[in-house]
Amino acid sequence: MARKIRVLVAKAGLDGHDRGAKVVASAMRDAGFEVIYTGLHQTPEMIAQAAVQEDVDVVALSILSGAHMTLFPRVLDLMRERGLNDVLLTGGGIISKEDMGALQKLGVGTLFGPGATTGAIIDYVRGWVAEHRAGEVGTAK
Amino acid sequence: MANERTETATKTPKAGRARTEAPVAPPAPAERRGETLSGIPLKPVYTAADRPADLEARLGEPGQFPYTRALFPEGYRTKLWTMRQFAGFGSAEDTNQRFHYLLGEGMTGLSTAFDMPTLMGYDADHPMSLGEVGREGVAISTLEDMEILFRGIPLDKVTTSMTINAPAIVLLAMYVAIGEKQGLKPSQLGGTIQADMLKEFIAQKEWICPPRPHVKICVDMIEWCAKHMPKWNSISISGYHIREAGATAAQELAFTLADGIGYVEECVKRGMDVDAFAPRLSFFWDVHNDFFEEIAKFRAARRLWATVMRDRFGAKNPRSWMLRTHAQTAGVSLTAQQPLNNVARVALQAMAAVLGGTQSLHTNSMDETLALPSEEAATVALRTQQILAHESGVANVVDPLAGSYFVESLTDTMESEALAIIRRIDEMGGIITAVERGYPQKEIADSAYRFQQQVEQGERFIVGVNRFAAEESEVTIPVLKIDMEIERRQIERVKAVRAKRDAAKHAAAVKALRDACMSDQNLVPFVLDAVKANATLGEISDVFREAYGVYREPAVF
Repeated sequence: MARKIRVLVAKAGLDGHDRGAKVVASAMRDAGFEVIYTGLHQTPEMIAQAAVQEDVDVVALSILSGAHMTLFPRVLDLMRERGLNDVLLTGGGIISKEDMGALQKLGVGTLFGPGATTGAIIDYVRGWVAEHRAGEVGTAK
Repeated sequence: MANERTETATKTPKAGRARTEAPVAPPAPAERRGETLSGIPLKPVYTAADRPADLEARLGEPGQFPYTRALFPEGYRTKLWTMRQFAGFGSAEDTNQRFHYLLGEGMTGLSTAFDMPTLMGYDADHPMSLGEVGREGVAISTLEDMEILFRGIPLDKVTTSMTINAPAIVLLAMYVAIGEKQGLKPSQLGGTIQADMLKEFIAQKEWICPPRPHVKICVDMIEWCAKHMPKWNSISISGYHIREAGATAAQELAFTLADGIGYVEECVKRGMDVDAFAPRLSFFWDVHNDFFEEIAKFRAARRLWATVMRDRFGAKNPRSWMLRTHAQTAGVSLTAQQPLNNVARVALQAMAAVLGGTQSLHTNSMDETLALPSEEAATVALRTQQILAHESGVANVVDPLAGSYFVESLTDTMESEALAIIRRIDEMGGIITAVERGYPQKEIADSAYRFQQQVEQGERFIVGVNRFAAEESEVTIPVLKIDMEIERRQIERVKAVRAKRDAAKHAAAVKALRDACMSDQNLVPFVLDAVKANATLGEISDVFREAYGVYREPAVF
């Protein structure tokens, strides 16, 4: 039997808004993913390190503090430095369309804004995993 | 404005439309109209039978115990609520400019939003501050920043609210220090400092140390303000963040009042006379979408608090019984999709706060799910309050909904639900222990998840998001952009202050504070000396970190 999709839900920087991260983590868990939640106030280094240690398929970063243009690229660079070239970095928060586009150009995945459903987020992660981990990871419902 | 550029934010992210475009879905569950937004069951009709027999006693006259109807006999006829718009972004100069603009437009009280590094007790040049300086509020690291923030504003002519918690004692000291520079005594300063750490651990999650030392510092401030600042609210016991994190209305009411009870207990334990400090305790509610539920919450809150203060703590001064409150419309109810609709949401929520009898109000701007408010959006929000005050007529008669079969019944339900939760917290050994065990945190996260599931299952309609979503609307509104340059300038300014200050005076003040932390002395005078010696916010917070340790929340969801 294929293993479960593993996701690291992460909060970076000083931002304390954890309602969304916790809701998304709960929904992913109920969708059959293995979810690891970092807790608040993590540095980009701590997040990249946790992604390595937990051997995740996906890092889902939540930022509502406006620091996304600093923190997403930093986490992405550190993930690459640690050889996580085929791990998805996605996430959400108060992020303008323009900033989402700029981050995607750097290699960040789809980002989700206010009003996004957990269903859409889960579908997106499943789709990405199906494409990048064919045969290796299950899509347990 | 120097750093305000407008750009175009288009709405309707793909994710928001996914539901409405789904092809032939299974029959959707019915919209939950048989209950309030918080899940309180509703009858279709309320009659005289739903009113309690002892209604008159439960209400009291306006201005009389238990203040269900109002704190003052003539309500807003004597004095309108304070229109207090929360503002803060970028540098101290930027926010000072916005303050002058809002005062010029008829705002009647200042309210300061600080950026994340300030809220967490870090200077702008700390590695944890990277990318966050000036983004969510104004950056204040030094007394010099604070002087610039209030430049040209006579502090005895305005009241100022400061939304700051973990390092609140530093900002209070800075405010007192700049007051002195304007020739004012602390007793002449009016305003509010939030300084409610329990709700930080419950909901907002901005802290420096573990809960108990933080609560000790909150009590130091309550004690010092009671002696030296008779016009100052030494704490704003806040339900706002609790609600925004996902609590129901009854949970917001219960956890907030339980926090209030916790602070009063700590003050009493220190030997303070309850009537010496309780009149300056203030509150802060969220105002969400469910109109009558919110009105009921405000009314139940006043009755509950008056009863707790008189009967549980034996307060004798009627001012100790009065729950005075600020209110803010629910940020979490705003949608990024069709942002103009938010103007309607805010207006309805604001009207509920007024009918509920708030003393002070912030109305959110329509663009707050996209960015910090633009000047235009902030103006519409202020105008909404002015229309309520001067055109709608709702402020002309005190507590106009009293006696309504429905509103009185809902007020009673709200009260009994909150009391049940407060009783559970008492049984756990009080709110501080409950918070250390993560009880309110878990309850709130569960409520948030339940609500999201209801939205996704189509049981809750959110206009413009999961219902009535426009196909390809290109309605756009201008949003505020924060210049990245602010961070660099702010870092330079902190470094310059450190370089030019009197090093010996600074070292002595910091050492005195460090020593005081090891005793049970009140820390306010030591922090005041430290800020006057130009110790920075981060340095003072570091003293607390060394003395009390740092806090890391268990990562549970």
